[in-house]
Amino acid sequence: MEEINALFHGFSVALSPFNLMLMFIGVILGVIIGVLPGLGGANGIAILLPLTFTMPPTSAIIMLSCIYWGALFGGAITSILFNIPGEPWSVATTFDGYPMAQQGRAGEALTAAFTSSFIGAFVAVVMITFLAPLIAKFALKFGSPEFFSVYFLTFCSFIGMGKGSPWKTLAAMMFGFALASVGMDSMTGQQRLNFGSMELVRGFDFLIAVIGLFGIGEILISMEEGLSFSGSSARIDPKVVIATWKKLPKYWMTSLRSCLVGCWMGITPGGATPASFMSYGLAKRMSRDGEKFGTGQVEGVIAPETAAHAAGTSALLPMLSLGIPGSPTAAVLLGGLLIWGLQPGPLLFVEKKDFVWGLIASMYLGNIAGLIIVLTCVPLFAAILRIPFSIIAPVIIVICVIGAYTVHSAIFEVWLMLAFGVIGYVFKKLDYPMAPMVLALVLGKGAEDSFRNAIKGSQGDFSVFFANGLVGSIMTLGLVMLLWPLVNKLRGKA
Amino acid sequence: MKPEQEAETGDRPVATNRTMEIVVAGLFLLFGLTFCIASYQLGSGWSDDGPQSGYFPFYINVIILIASAVTLAQAIMGKTSRPRDAFVSVGQLRQIMAVLLPAALYVLGVQLFGIYLSSAVYITLFMVWLGKYSWGKSAALGISISVAVYFMFEVWFKVSLHKGSWFDPLSLFGL
Amino acid sequence: MKCILRVVLQAAVVFSITGQMVSAAAWEPTKPVEFVIPAGTGGGADQMARLIQGIVAKHNLMKQSLIPVNKSAGAGAEGFLAVKDAKGDPHKIIITLSNLFTTPLAQGTPFSWRDMTPVSMLALDQFVLWVNAETPYKTAKEYVEAAKKAGPNKMKMGGTGSKQEDQILTVSLEKATGTKFNYLPLKGGGDVAVQLVGKHIDSTVNNPIEAIAQWRAGTLRPLCVFDDTRMPYKTKITATMSWYDIPTCSEAGVPTDYVMLRGIFMPPGVAQDQVNFYVDLFKKVRETPEWKKFMEDGAFNQTSMSGKEYAAWVEKNENLHRELMKEAGFLAKPKP
Repeated sequence: MEEINALFHGFSVALSPFNLMLMFIGVILGVIIGVLPGLGGANGIAILLPLTFTMPPTSAIIMLSCIYWGALFGGAITSILFNIPGEPWSVATTFDGYPMAQQGRAGEALTAAFTSSFIGAFVAVVMITFLAPLIAKFALKFGSPEFFSVYFLTFCSFIGMGKGSPWKTLAAMMFGFALASVGMDSMTGQQRLNFGSMELVRGFDFLIAVIGLFGIGEILISMEEGLSFSGSSARIDPKVVIATWKKLPKYWMTSLRSCLVGCWMGITPGGATPASFMSYGLAKRMSRDGEKFGTGQVEGVIAPETAAHAAGTSALLPMLSLGIPGSPTAAVLLGGLLIWGLQPGPLLFVEKKDFVWGLIASMYLGNIAGLIIVLTCVPLFAAILRIPFSIIAPVIIVICVIGAYTVHSAIFEVWLMLAFGVIGYVFKKLDYPMAPMVLALVLGKGAEDSFRNAIKGSQGDFSVFFANGLVGSIMTLGLVMLLWPLVNKLRGKA
Repeated sequence: MKPEQEAETGDRPVATNRTMEIVVAGLFLLFGLTFCIASYQLGSGWSDDGPQSGYFPFYINVIILIASAVTLAQAIMGKTSRPRDAFVSVGQLRQIMAVLLPAALYVLGVQLFGIYLSSAVYITLFMVWLGKYSWGKSAALGISISVAVYFMFEVWFKVSLHKGSWFDPLSLFGL
Repeated sequence: MKCILRVVLQAAVVFSITGQMVSAAAWEPTKPVEFVIPAGTGGGADQMARLIQGIVAKHNLMKQSLIPVNKSAGAGAEGFLAVKDAKGDPHKIIITLSNLFTTPLAQGTPFSWRDMTPVSMLALDQFVLWVNAETPYKTAKEYVEAAKKAGPNKMKMGGTGSKQEDQILTVSLEKATGTKFNYLPLKGGGDVAVQLVGKHIDSTVNNPIEAIAQWRAGTLRPLCVFDDTRMPYKTKITATMSWYDIPTCSEAGVPTDYVMLRGIFMPPGVAQDQVNFYVDLFKKVRETPEWKKFMEDGAFNQTSMSGKEYAAWVEKNENLHRELMKEAGFLAKPKP
């Protein structure tokens, strides 16, 4: 019960009027930076960090963590409305969220996304509250072989999902891997495959590719179909929130599974991006409507959003208790803690009780504040789709250009984004699947680095991938996932 | 242009799906080959302490080569989906270019004159040209979005956006 | 929003009072100053730069604002090249880390510190040899002996990045002791420390700030600091030890030292009074309580210098890096 007392003390710290005000400002700022691609998450928090420098640490971290919540919520908005994921972990949300918006169900998709995010984050916070010290130790078990096994499992749970030509799926996925390999080879510290170009040393950033492939590509497709978004006639009903909520309990199984995947990936720390992809892949396989995924299924929005936010939230746990960031955003928050003279680590929970419990309380409150703010805005967000195409299209392109520029402050990347737009258009028309390509682009480098580190550590011995129960069971699970479609096929024929 | 005319010339395909399949698979082959050679030069073998820099890229691109070769063969034999349908018709291509070309010009504008002036001009022209809005309305929206972006990025978030390599219009305002 | 408004108002007031008097005297920035960080968000250089931004804003040390920009591509080459190309631009400064030396040497990127104008040294970052507290090694000597006994490449040394400070320090340690470690390049300093706690690696050369939390929690043990003098901070960090109690590596019998430059440079071809402005600005930054606290928390070596002295130090350090990297075979092969 010690936790309960500490938590209530935390609430009393967090609930001062000043902190409440910061909470709301934080959530709103967060939604803004989450909506703008390129600014979201890590960059956004890094930018706003000096603003909080003049505040007391507890207030500052409350504001920053609310910005974090806001950004998490905000990322889903552009994914659903315009097919532009502002963050890596909202990519999987576009798969079903955007088709829903096109069918005039933007309000439903947004409500489902926000509610799922809230549930995911809430479960994770509850877990942090009561199981923090127990779980934190688990992250220590993760070395390079374990990291590789998590990447492997993510790829395996996602593979064999496309309906189109397997050769095209393979080519698209490998194209993603190939692009991920351009730039620096972090194992040798050498430039590679940049063909002597200083611009290409930056590599192909995921955001640039996705803004182009999904955002610009989608505008080109819309142009081809005539000057309108298919969803422009969407009926905007303020009751959409309640109507969607009535449907959600049906998908409790998906929510539960996604929470588990998310929490586990956040702690381990595999991160929110693999969590969202893995959860989407699992939902597609296990759901009765799995076949219809990608055409606008609510479950296809619930699964990745729940997992991403459960992971994003649990990622704060290893950050606080061990000082390892589970996500790039957590890395920047960690920098903030150091600047205020707070030393994240096992002793933070003992020495800075006010701060830790204030933060945890603000996670509850910020999450609720965030949910209220974004849900009241659902009709407003959905109404954006009613703005005529000839106004919204140039604005989207301007936002895409700004987003592409802010990633690395490089104009070359803006051109690259435009090129990806054309690639996206051609791929979509020829049925080259983009999801495996983006997955490979996001996780390719991490997978390669952890594999090579594991092999270097063991001096060329492959048995490291089965050296202990943990890594062995994750690898085996991955192999099962990989072979599952094959087995299903054989069974179907028999 | 009138819609009726559009219907007459607009439906003519620029290329069939089959042609595009062949072109794209060909481009994949070219990409894979370039990368294969580059990774081979990096060292695509297995050294004492594990795979070298080019090991993964090399085999990844070998897979691209194989997969694209199969797609190419299927496309030539007409076995890909809807081979005879139009990939894009003349009318559609014209529509797409109406967005793509101005977007490219806009990015060029951003490079030369910075993000703020170019965005205002771009939004205004797009609305006037494709949306048939009045100049006043379009310019008002274009300028206000640019100003809003300026305040949000340069003033509040302290993020410097591109200023224009040839001429920076903001220097006129002493900013 | 409120604090921004306040800063703007204060700046306006200060400007209106002092504006006329000062304008005739020294040079000062007339537009926002771009603060280039040749590393990604969240790293040591990034933290320091954003702290400086905060300090400058809080204490009104400059009328214009300082805007950090991360240009990390090619191990920071992107940032250095941007500064090199901005000849004569007094509104651009860059914070350096060891990649000032390692990037041109390892990548063959065409720049050196001579292409920029040295402003001042802010501090020197320390490196400490750490092992897991459950291992039996109490001194650096014992650990090195054990590594020798295990044979080359058996002991795993974790560090941040490849061919950068951590690996060069490892090479330097190998050279001094005749052992060979299996160097594993990991993502970031915090990551490295946790891998050591989890016993996935055998030792690290983390900066103090990256491992202090684990040291205090009793899971890591510092063996020696890679500097010619001990760290001056005598406040107890654990029950029994302060930073000052960690012996230098030479004392511990493994004669190696290495410190990392945290310094400021400007583009080439700027006027002397422009350089003086920044020298003065960073002098003021170093005097603020926030900076002093940051230095103590991170157990930095607070040496600072500017002008000729600074340039000479940089040159000496460049030679040191060239030597070490040449021996390790890290130098870029001349382009054909």
